[in-house]
Amino acid sequence: MIYLTRKCEFSASHYYHNSQWSEEENRRVFGKCANLNGHGHNYTLEVTVKGRVDPTTGFVVDLKQLKDILNREVVDAMDHRHLNKEVPEFAARIPTTENIAIAIWQRLEQRLQVAKLHRVRLYEMPDLYVDFYGEA
Amino acid sequence: MRAHLTRRYVFAASHRLHAPTLSEEQNRDTYGKCNNPYGHGHNYALEVTVSGPVSSDSGMVCNLVEIDEAVRREVLERFDHQNLNTLREFANLVPTTENLAEVVYNILKQSFHAAHLEQIRIEETLMNSFEYAGGNEPRR
Repeated sequence: MIYLTRKCEFSASHYYHNSQWSEEENRRVFGKCANLNGHGHNYTLEVTVKGRVDPTTGFVVDLKQLKDILNREVVDAMDHRHLNKEVPEFAARIPTTENIAIAIWQRLEQRLQVAKLHRVRLYEMPDLYVDFYGEA
Repeated sequence: MRAHLTRRYVFAASHRLHAPTLSEEQNRDTYGKCNNPYGHGHNYALEVTVSGPVSSDSGMVCNLVEIDEAVRREVLERFDHQNLNTLREFANLVPTTENLAEVVYNILKQSFHAAHLEQIRIEETLMNSFEYAGGNEPRR
């Protein structure tokens, strides 16, 4: 089994707010992230796929195809966008780094054909990242 | 849905690698420059990985404030700008980064309960790093 990781970046804005909670509770749990005017990050995404090396092509996955999927499902959908307002997954889910990683996994998993998705690693900042392995 | 969250911290400390059970010559052979009697220092980077279900209320594995507070109180305040050899944790333990990783993991395991402590990773320099998951195989 060989693991291959492809990286891409996107910049987006978001805020954290649970409409079931009082304003005070939102501020207590989410701190500065609860500001409804939003704020932004430069996200770095590392997608790791695994599979066997095709004896003819020598590829685990066609990198061009993987890049196209990442561009379409992640960059086009999230880059320079407001996650709460423009990405349907976050109409009802808070766009924390955890939930963005899960949403990216769900978007990619159904598009990948040959290789299997192993890990989605999403950096919100250089000192904070989330790994999602598709675990229930 | 279970996710893993990793947070990175930096601290600076000095140490000298010297095993009391070895002769001076054996120490020099084993540890090389790290055996310099006056010690030397590093900027260590610590990555703490915790895991747990993503809360449907908050969208989080755990509140970052709680990890930051535990790491600051239990690790950074204990080790930052210290000589590791003089601390009680290393009274009978050579402060290699392997041992430091085990010590830091065990301290956090005892003091941080807001999520499952999965593993820690310490970079001694940009060229070397150490991972410890409490005896389990670190997850990649």
